[in-house]
Amino acid sequence: MIEAVGLTKRYGEKVAVHDLSFTVRPGVVTGFLGPNGSGKSTTMRLIVGLDAPQSGHVTVGGRRYRDHAAPLHEVGTLLEARSVHTGRSAYNHLLALAQTHGIGRRRVEEMIDMVGLGEVARKRAGQFSLGMGQRLGIAAALLGDPETVMLDEPVNGLDPEGIQWVRNLLRRLAAEGRTVFVSSHLMSEMALTAEHLIVIGRGELIADMATAEFVRRASKRAVLVRSPQAQALADLVAGPDVTVTAVAAGLIEIVGLSSEQVGEQAAANQIVLHELTPQTATLEEAFMELTHDAVEFQAAAPALAASGQVTPP
Amino acid sequence: MSSTAARRLEVGNVTQARVARSEWTKLHSLRSTRWAMAVTLLLIIGFALIFSGVVAARWPNLSPEDQLRFLTHPLRASLVGVNLAELSIGVLGVLVISGEYTTGVIRSSFCAVPNRLPVLWGKAMVFAATTFVLTLPAVLIAFFASQAILASRHIPIGHLQIAFSQPGVPRAVIGAALVLTVMGLFGLGIGAIVRHTAGAIVTLVAIIFVLPPLLGLLPTDWANAINPYLPSSAADVLWTITPEGHTLAPWAGFALFCGYAALSLAIAAVLLVRRDT
Repeated sequence: MIEAVGLTKRYGEKVAVHDLSFTVRPGVVTGFLGPNGSGKSTTMRLIVGLDAPQSGHVTVGGRRYRDHAAPLHEVGTLLEARSVHTGRSAYNHLLALAQTHGIGRRRVEEMIDMVGLGEVARKRAGQFSLGMGQRLGIAAALLGDPETVMLDEPVNGLDPEGIQWVRNLLRRLAAEGRTVFVSSHLMSEMALTAEHLIVIGRGELIADMATAEFVRRASKRAVLVRSPQAQALADLVAGPDVTVTAVAAGLIEIVGLSSEQVGEQAAANQIVLHELTPQTATLEEAFMELTHDAVEFQAAAPALAASGQVTPP
Repeated sequence: MSSTAARRLEVGNVTQARVARSEWTKLHSLRSTRWAMAVTLLLIIGFALIFSGVVAARWPNLSPEDQLRFLTHPLRASLVGVNLAELSIGVLGVLVISGEYTTGVIRSSFCAVPNRLPVLWGKAMVFAATTFVLTLPAVLIAFFASQAILASRHIPIGHLQIAFSQPGVPRAVIGAALVLTVMGLFGLGIGAIVRHTAGAIVTLVAIIFVLPPLLGLLPTDWANAINPYLPSSAADVLWTITPEGHTLAPWAGFALFCGYAALSLAIAAVLLVRRDT
């Protein structure tokens, strides 16, 4: 369980996270979704206390992260930024982390085998590919058998097989009753993995709901209609909840009605239709639409006038 | 908060002893650390052997001034490498922590130990112990080997070598290892304050090696008043038995140098807790 209340973090003039509140519950995979630079990584750094917020607070399992006697047993973290010494072997990196909590060598070896790094565990981590680095980071995150698993962009740099492996791993961890909080800038990835979504844009909360609900709400339901009597149809269906846009001569897009409703109204009024196509926005389009709105809204707010992505130092 | 996950691993709490153990793994598992430490030991022993070998072999050919200078500083041949070893051990102290910042592993370290200070103390303990345990035999080897070489050259009046039992000699020889240990801690503190390897090394070199000659630009009485209190002067009086110029007493100087190292670590500790990582 992660509970964030009113988190605000500025780096100099730039606001990375603004008044962010959310709860991540155990037993399901919660996706943390937002475009690059929207504050996901910052939020995760705030959760484990690497950075301190200017206001607000965040607890994990009811306490601040640093107040846990065995932090790695509480939260296992994979950060997006490099967190391994390039001159040290994967084995020694994990061993040094394990020793801070009195975790034995057997667990270290188990984790290395679990992420499939057995062959290269004694090689210096500086020689690792991006994918191997991610696997090492995941091994480090799971080392302490944590109640909460928090992974920042875990599928970055993984091959399709690796991506599938991470998805299954996340589901399994959630099924074991753990809190699983995983970030991504890819809506499609989240739709496949996460049951619940926390969506942020420009450091502010956009949505906190079940993934299915988010997809349903986000997806614009439009109907594309080609008709020689397009104008007549437009006048007919126009109403407070219906928007009609002229796409080209004789081609209109109707938002707010299903294709069935449009077809039935056209038939009832003897309007000839040459084409009637339901338009389902892809998840990615829906997501971009939502976050785009957030960006526009934010740009108008004086406190957030600074443009560009916020990158923590 | 009810714990719902089915967890089976026995995990202990974070303790200072466990963090120190982890820091020991970190220290010896890096090739760069092992190299820097080997170079330090080589400087201590190698320079002593070369210097005393040259003096012993070339003694009749040395100018009277050189002979006199050697005879008035009989310990110098044995500890000639300590000055450079100060530099290499200080740099290694910097690297012990700045390497974590430049590679990013500091984030892993602070996720495991979010209270952070045990990491700094663990590094200090492990690095100080390692440095002392390795440099003490090195200075002893440097002393006895170089004295054996010098003893092989017989001169008409007196002798080139100096006995370990001579006043101040044990203090100076063992003191060299102590000074190197504290120099490592001084470097560690500076590394933790500056966080960038290059910047921290420049800072260390400026304080230890650039400040003393700069002092020569000041009026002499000012320079004489300030000099004893420079970190380098304070450090060096412990491992010499023939101090030159205005200096503090050996142990007073060493105490002051320990104070400088403690100050650097204290500032580092405050910043470590306050700063974002």
